[in-house]
Amino acid sequence: MSIFVNQDSKVIFQGFTGQHATFHAEEAIKTGTNVVGGVTPGKGGTTHLGLPVFDTVAEAVEATGADVSAIFVPPAFAADAIMEAIDAGIKVAVVIADGIPVQDMVRVQRYRAGRDTLVIGPNTPGIITPGQCKVGIMPAHIYQPGRIGVVSRSGTLNYEAVEQMTALGLGQSTSVGIGGDPVNGTDFVTVLKAFEADPETDAVVMIGEIGGPQEVAAARWAKENMRKPIVGFVAGLSAPPGRRMGHAGAIIAGEADTAKAKMDLMEQLGLYVARNPAHIGETVMRALREHGLA
Amino acid sequence: MNIHEYQAKELLRSYQVPVPAGNVAFSDGQAYSIAEQIGGERWVVKAQIHAGGRGKAGGVKVADSLEEVRRIADEMIGMTLVTHQTGPKGRVVKRVLVEEASRIVDEFYLGFVIDRATQRITIVASSEGGVEIEEVAKRSPDKIIRETIDPAIGLADFQCRKVAAAMGLRDRERMTQLVRIMKRIYRCFRDKDALQAEINPLAQVEGGKLICLDAKFNFDANALYRHPDINELRDLDEEDPKEVEASGHGLNYIALDGNIGCIVNGAGLAMATMDAITLHGGRPANFLDVGGGASPEKVTNACRIVMEDPNVRALLVNIFAGINRCDWIATGLIQAYRTLNIELPMVVRLAGTNVEQGRKILQDSGLPFVQAANLDDAAAKAVATIKGESA
Repeated sequence: MSIFVNQDSKVIFQGFTGQHATFHAEEAIKTGTNVVGGVTPGKGGTTHLGLPVFDTVAEAVEATGADVSAIFVPPAFAADAIMEAIDAGIKVAVVIADGIPVQDMVRVQRYRAGRDTLVIGPNTPGIITPGQCKVGIMPAHIYQPGRIGVVSRSGTLNYEAVEQMTALGLGQSTSVGIGGDPVNGTDFVTVLKAFEADPETDAVVMIGEIGGPQEVAAARWAKENMRKPIVGFVAGLSAPPGRRMGHAGAIIAGEADTAKAKMDLMEQLGLYVARNPAHIGETVMRALREHGLA
Repeated sequence: MNIHEYQAKELLRSYQVPVPAGNVAFSDGQAYSIAEQIGGERWVVKAQIHAGGRGKAGGVKVADSLEEVRRIADEMIGMTLVTHQTGPKGRVVKRVLVEEASRIVDEFYLGFVIDRATQRITIVASSEGGVEIEEVAKRSPDKIIRETIDPAIGLADFQCRKVAAAMGLRDRERMTQLVRIMKRIYRCFRDKDALQAEINPLAQVEGGKLICLDAKFNFDANALYRHPDINELRDLDEEDPKEVEASGHGLNYIALDGNIGCIVNGAGLAMATMDAITLHGGRPANFLDVGGGASPEKVTNACRIVMEDPNVRALLVNIFAGINRCDWIATGLIQAYRTLNIELPMVVRLAGTNVEQGRKILQDSGLPFVQAANLDDAAAKAVATIKGESA
């Protein structure tokens, strides 16, 4: 088991014939991911990396039964590509692009309402179930199969946490990057819920950043709804206060936005909090021991 | 991206949103002729900088004669304005807005933001305008009105009427005015990919007319490619020149006040690296995210920009390569070392894609890189080089 993607996932790449998509499709195939084809408008009917290319996502889904899409489309065209994936009934759409206009994502989230596509990202390294399925740009060799779920906003900080865990012999069930943009497809709670339901995940690592209400909202939800231990970290303890022009954003966030305030609240809500980014792995180990899991 | 008040008002005017008659002046003579052109007996001269709190700092003044407009503009242009939002260095005023003075009867607050919780454009409004909205929220949270806009429908009239009623604008005349103003600002916000708009105050003047007396807009930098008109409004004088230079090289740089220069990939890891330095008793000199796909040239530029800060005594490079490649980073660091004649100690932590090649390239270079095994080790070694130096 795992969450969202596994060895049975059939993966297509949108923007398949581009340089980055080509490189990362090859990497995904090397690590055992079941890549079944891709989409590049105007190149339908050809083959790329020995796999079929389609003009539309709908045609790709029809022909291959794909249920996961890795969207490697530039930011200006990404919102359209996400909606195309949703329209075609893709179950998990992973959006790598960094720099999608925020209002484009506002519209995408509206379009998604009432449909069951999970949009992961944008501005994410993607999702990986080690040894089974890699959809994204993360370096696969740092991950190893195991029983810790990982969810983070930051990409490279996700790698950092994973390396610390792997060094202690703690593998990962699935690692999800929800992305660093202000409006993203999947929030922490959605991922926590899936990890709680996954019998092969023992504990979860949740990595956040300054700004926005997501981490604390997730910790609140977890207090009421999760039995599995969660290790939390929020980057930005030493970050200077943001230079905002207006104040309405700070007000609407409602709750304290600093890393310390978030981590204090997480601790009060029963999470294991790593106060030092270099101690995430150790904190996971402590959480497992205290729960009789290691 | 922020713009000036006078630019925001011109934008609003183009959407038929009522703003006072006025124009921007770059000299006292220009200010005089603008006031003359507007006519009347009272004018307001407002310093144009990208920061709030101008009134208290002496950046907003009323004039009762054309000569007084000239004198105030002369004083204001070239002065350094320090407000609670500029930092202690303040900002030099290079332009002023000259406007007709309004006789204010009542003041309101009207803001538009993208709310992260609902993921939609949301109106924030209050019957208490002309003061900082944060204070209102703290003092009387019940006076903050929120209304969320469905992007598929847009802002509906009834939503505007709800806001009007909550603000206390219950007569038909003012309600109709507010509905029109809100819908036009919303259209502007949506058309131009704004992230924040703030009208504070939205004033009711003598005669009952509602008018935007101040206006702030912030636009989505990622959407400027489709708004060349907005992009043209960028005022580089209002930005940190080093941050501007860095962004020209695809680097995200923010200066801090410590002495350990940081070069990291990814915003989250960059912050975590700063945190690790702080936890080891050191002080980061900057935040710098080299982003994905960092070429040797990009790495060299990053080193140069960080070292231009005279406080920097050591460099900490922390790269966890996913889409990046450690061998490229290592090549870039060697190139930087040679072209920039780096004499500062440089601690390097490489991890991820092609890490073995990267480490080997650094080792074989014969240059005095201090390699670190992990984040903790890197922070400890960087802090130790500074301490060793000061001891």
